[in-house]
Amino acid sequence: MTADTTLHKAPAAPGASGAPARKPRRRPASPARRSGWTPWLYLLPALVLLGGLLVYPIYQLGLISFLEYTQAQVSGGEPTTFKGFGNYATLFGDSQFWQVLLATVLFAAACVLATLFTGCALAVLLTRIRALPRLALMMAALGAWATPAITGSTVWVFLFDPDFGPVNKVLGLGDFSWTYGRYSAFALVLLEVLWCSFPFVMVTVYAGIRAIPEEVLEAASLDGASQWRIWRSVMAPMLRPILIVVTIQSVIWDFKVFTQIYVMTNGGGIAGQNLVLNVYAYQKAFASSQYSLGSAIGVVMLVILLAVTLVYLRLVRRQGEEL
Amino acid sequence: MSARALLRVRRPGRLAAEAVALVIAAAVAFPLYWMVLSAFKPAGEIQSTEARPWTLAPSFDSFRRVFEQQEFGRYFLNSLLVAGTVVIASALIAFLAATAVTRFRFKFRTTLLIMFLVAQMVPVEALTIPLFFLMRDFGQLNTLGSLILPHLAFSLPFAIWMLRGFVKAVPEALEEAAYIDGASRTRFLWQILFPLVFPGLVATSVFSFISTWNDFLFAKSFIISDTSQSTLPMALLVFFKPDENDWGGIMAASTVMTIPVLVFFVLVQRRLVSGLGGAVKD
Repeated sequence: MTADTTLHKAPAAPGASGAPARKPRRRPASPARRSGWTPWLYLLPALVLLGGLLVYPIYQLGLISFLEYTQAQVSGGEPTTFKGFGNYATLFGDSQFWQVLLATVLFAAACVLATLFTGCALAVLLTRIRALPRLALMMAALGAWATPAITGSTVWVFLFDPDFGPVNKVLGLGDFSWTYGRYSAFALVLLEVLWCSFPFVMVTVYAGIRAIPEEVLEAASLDGASQWRIWRSVMAPMLRPILIVVTIQSVIWDFKVFTQIYVMTNGGGIAGQNLVLNVYAYQKAFASSQYSLGSAIGVVMLVILLAVTLVYLRLVRRQGEEL
Repeated sequence: MSARALLRVRRPGRLAAEAVALVIAAAVAFPLYWMVLSAFKPAGEIQSTEARPWTLAPSFDSFRRVFEQQEFGRYFLNSLLVAGTVVIASALIAFLAATAVTRFRFKFRTTLLIMFLVAQMVPVEALTIPLFFLMRDFGQLNTLGSLILPHLAFSLPFAIWMLRGFVKAVPEALEEAAYIDGASRTRFLWQILFPLVFPGLVATSVFSFISTWNDFLFAKSFIISDTSQSTLPMALLVFFKPDENDWGGIMAASTVMTIPVLVFFVLVQRRLVSGLGGAVKD
């Protein structure tokens, strides 16, 4: 430490030039910067945990997806055998897989669009109202956001219950069962997902709008631009970084919805009509002990989300963010 | 009051916008209202097909049923223990890691940062199967550790990424001054940097708390036989019955499960919004 401090003082000493104040400001290397092992020491706990509980399981997931791994192998009754792409062949040859994959993508896309639209619209709304209604909307949204997925799911199922729920009463639907039909069940889950995920978008975008200089918006509205035009031509471009973040987050969350589908449609709906990849993998692995097939589905999910991540990284990089 | 605020007050559409906002707020709050209301309704009213939005005879029967059945208190404590451990441990570990990647220049730094970013995107749910075998091999199935460890690992990348901005914001001059004054690196870390970054830690903790408190999949998959190690989501499922759901019990249990998160949210609300702003801007 003493060596460091003397080194520090050296450049600060007035030079022979006689103009110490105008000397080019060369930032002395901070003592923390030149310390071989310290950063790795700080990183150690994080790296150990991530290595053991994230990287290694990913490797294992890939491995199991290439093995024959069912209850017999798990209990040690039979030796595990290498199946190559056999599991994937089985999976890709199963029409149910493609159906579930399509449902997952469409359902996630619908959730993302609904969440982004609602979140952005309400964020704009928040900027045009006085403090009291704003507080009311903020508080309601925070409440929905804070609600655990499982309680949110049970409450929404109860709201739409054919016998005791208030929604059917108000809408005059009699004993219409929302979870019976495929599309009405997906719609119900979508409503719940929208309810608990729009607040994140709303709050984040609202924070972003507040950071836009007022003069810019004022100038636009004085020039006679419509609300929609202001949003499209002025606000949306300035909010681009934030919009990218919330879009990607929503894609990731909605693509791997598990609890809502599992609880609201009772494990994937009648005859699996409401399965999404996540629940499908879970059912394959833990309900029917086909761990290798479940793992193969997991790998498919991983690959899709990594592709999304790469797109995200490119977008972030293109904006020149320094890491 | 700024000129723009004055302008805004005169807008004719504002009252309409406020009315819309209030209606939406009411609609968004309604499910939570219905949950609490149903938890307090006497059994007869819940089973009635009337579905009235009020009750004239609030009762604690459902709550009593919840706490009497299935060691609910135990589940609650388990949930609290798991979430509490994850929040504290991940805050400390992420603080160290965020300090390393923001205040040091070293080889592989950028690579590590990108890896943390990628790690955030890994679908945790897809890892349930290998984690199940990992926990089995270490004899951790049916223990709270099998819930704590994965959640700890999964909340770290996001926590590090988010804390980065807060650690970066602490001026370097302060660090240099501390060293010149003879502070050791450890002392600077815990007595100067840590308190300064604490607000950021609070904002970050919200996310690790929520993801852990909400966990349903791991609790369902890893706690297979020893129900004394179960957490709240499992307790809730007990009230779903094949013939007829005990809606009063479900709503009471849901209320008990939601309140701690709501309290946590309200407590850190300000920090959360500013924290999000900071993380996003960065």
